[in-house]
Amino acid sequence: MTDLSQSPAGAAPQPRKHGGSLLEKTPRTKKRNASEARFKAYGIAAITAGLIMLLILVTTIVGKGTGAFQQTFVTLKVELLEEKLDKKGNRDIEDIKKVTTFGYAPIIKAAMEAAVAEYGIETSLKPKELAGILSKDVAAQLRDYVIANPDQIGQTVEFRFLASGRVDGYMKGRVSRDSIENDKNISPAQLDLVDALAAAGVLEKTFNLDFITGADASDARPEAAGIGVSMLGSLFMMLVVLALALPIGVAASIYLEEFAPQNWLTDLIEVNISNLAAVPSIVFGILGLAVFINYMHLPTSAPLVGGLVLTLMTLPTIIISTRASLKSVPPSIRDAALGVGASKMQAVFHHVLPLAAPGILTGTIIGLAQALGETAPLLLIGMVGFIASNAPETLADGLLAPNSAMPAQIYEWAKRADPAFYERAWGGIIILLIFLVTMNTLAVILRRRFERRW
Amino acid sequence: MNDMTLMDKTVDTQKIKIAAKDVNVYYGDSHAIKDVNVEIEDKTVTAFIGPSGCGKSTFLRCLNRMNDTIDICRVKGDILLDGEDIYDKRVDPVQLRAKVGMVFQKPNPFPKSIYDNVAYGPRIHGLAKNKAELDEIVEKSLRRGAIWNEVKDRLDAPGTGLSGGQQQRLCIARAVATEPEVLLMDEPCSALDPIATAQVEELIDELRASYSVVIVTHSMQQAARVSQKTAFFHLGNLVEFGPTGQIFTNPEDSRTESYITGRIG
Repeated sequence: MTDLSQSPAGAAPQPRKHGGSLLEKTPRTKKRNASEARFKAYGIAAITAGLIMLLILVTTIVGKGTGAFQQTFVTLKVELLEEKLDKKGNRDIEDIKKVTTFGYAPIIKAAMEAAVAEYGIETSLKPKELAGILSKDVAAQLRDYVIANPDQIGQTVEFRFLASGRVDGYMKGRVSRDSIENDKNISPAQLDLVDALAAAGVLEKTFNLDFITGADASDARPEAAGIGVSMLGSLFMMLVVLALALPIGVAASIYLEEFAPQNWLTDLIEVNISNLAAVPSIVFGILGLAVFINYMHLPTSAPLVGGLVLTLMTLPTIIISTRASLKSVPPSIRDAALGVGASKMQAVFHHVLPLAAPGILTGTIIGLAQALGETAPLLLIGMVGFIASNAPETLADGLLAPNSAMPAQIYEWAKRADPAFYERAWGGIIILLIFLVTMNTLAVILRRRFERRW
Repeated sequence: MNDMTLMDKTVDTQKIKIAAKDVNVYYGDSHAIKDVNVEIEDKTVTAFIGPSGCGKSTFLRCLNRMNDTIDICRVKGDILLDGEDIYDKRVDPVQLRAKVGMVFQKPNPFPKSIYDNVAYGPRIHGLAKNKAELDEIVEKSLRRGAIWNEVKDRLDAPGTGLSGGQQQRLCIARAVATEPEVLLMDEPCSALDPIATAQVEELIDELRASYSVVIVTHSMQQAARVSQKTAFFHLGNLVEFGPTGQIFTNPEDSRTESYITGRIG
């Protein structure tokens, strides 16, 4: 109870003077203003530094990576000679398959010679050297075509062949006449030929869809390597993570947040979940190796195993964000539901969960994005290296057949010797970043869209 | 407030709806309610008054076991609804809450349509066999909540988009829709302006015809206006309980008198 009349009697205390005129700043005010201005300057400096670093990062990535999306191709007319490809002439597919890629070399040499002759290019190169400007992948490409279309044998067909990695590098300015002095893979005469073919329009640099859709290639064929198959590997891992981490995480959070009694056991669980979020991902990798591969004998390098490991890693993220969004639903909503006679479960599932859903979704997407960019645990379960050369055809294949994932593929390229792979690593990073930025944007949009409706 | 009308308040003798015997409530170590004995009559508005923190809301929440949701809260003693102990082990609190509805201090409509707000209770209790019956219950409840005319054209609009007073009447309609026998109101007008308060008070008086209403209020004028019986709580004790007119004009306990004259509180 307050009573104003009870204030102590006696002389009314004099108010303290705060300097003289209001128009003049006291030294104290000046000092305060100065420190405020200083703090603002620190903040702006920090943000500027951050933005500059981001800018440098983005320009570097874009500058180094865009090359991967372009590739040098040579358009050649190839005569599919019957005496080389199908000696018996009866178009038996088994006979045609017996011709190895070596058997196609003469045809390719002949096609190059024909092209040189057609455009009147003077060169001292031998046929083998002429064909040297093409990728080592060309024979396989030709053989695949012939096996698929045996009726074309004997005809002349126009092909778009990959140029070799060195030629591609020359077209992109990475390889110069100076830099190839000690390079056995290409000679200055071959570069002259490349210039002449480029002038004739036979050899050109175009957009390279194969980089986005294709599979990894061996060390000798950087020009044929693509990120598509490891993208599928990542996709299947994300499916596993989504299918496991979301229901387990949400169920665990709902139980812990809404139903579990408060005691030392739940406290312990809570602390452990928070700690799990901080465990280095490579620890999960070695756990996956020990449990899923060595003990449970799941196949090595399988996206299923990768997905399981990443699920372990994503669970704490999802649980923490789900619990936070459940907590943010006002208790009055629970009271309201209980007040009309809803059971606890009805209150949670009819009212609390729908309101928390945007937050749960956001947390899940961010967890998935984290998992998508994770490399370290994949190294330990064998998802790195030249693994899959073909896209999986069935769901089971996608889950169980050996595959890589985008970040592991990038790591793999970055450690190979040929600089052409280095360029592809940067290109892969661009694609990975596009995925991550898209997912994070989606999370932000969802959060904005469904923000606080009560 | 016209004090002269207080003595005219009719108090019909009604049957006892809720009887509390020696109720003690503890929050952890703190003793929030001490030996409360009170008998709440059917078809009567009973007001709980008292200074902040005196335990009136806590006691109200005991009546439909809303305190169960608070882990550290323990209730001792008997609370009988129609002679049955609501804290008996066999009692399902969910079933109890369908019988004893509650309206809260802050209007808390679900962030759903007005229709769904009211239809939620009947739906989960299976009170309607089909859509037509549900429509009927919703309309009836909204009419009893004295809000039908304001919202009948926008039943699909979100309940959270209404004004504070409308939201509170919607919450009352929602509580009424499950056809409870007792309606508990925890300071239902504290967040409302005077006009909305008057509307809700009028509504409470109408609800008396069918329910036993228990209302917690900070406003003594409100208690005097709407209730037939008043209970005065102080520091966890039920100090005085009796006909409203008597409590306000001729209290027996000196603490009651101090409170209603504004000397404590």
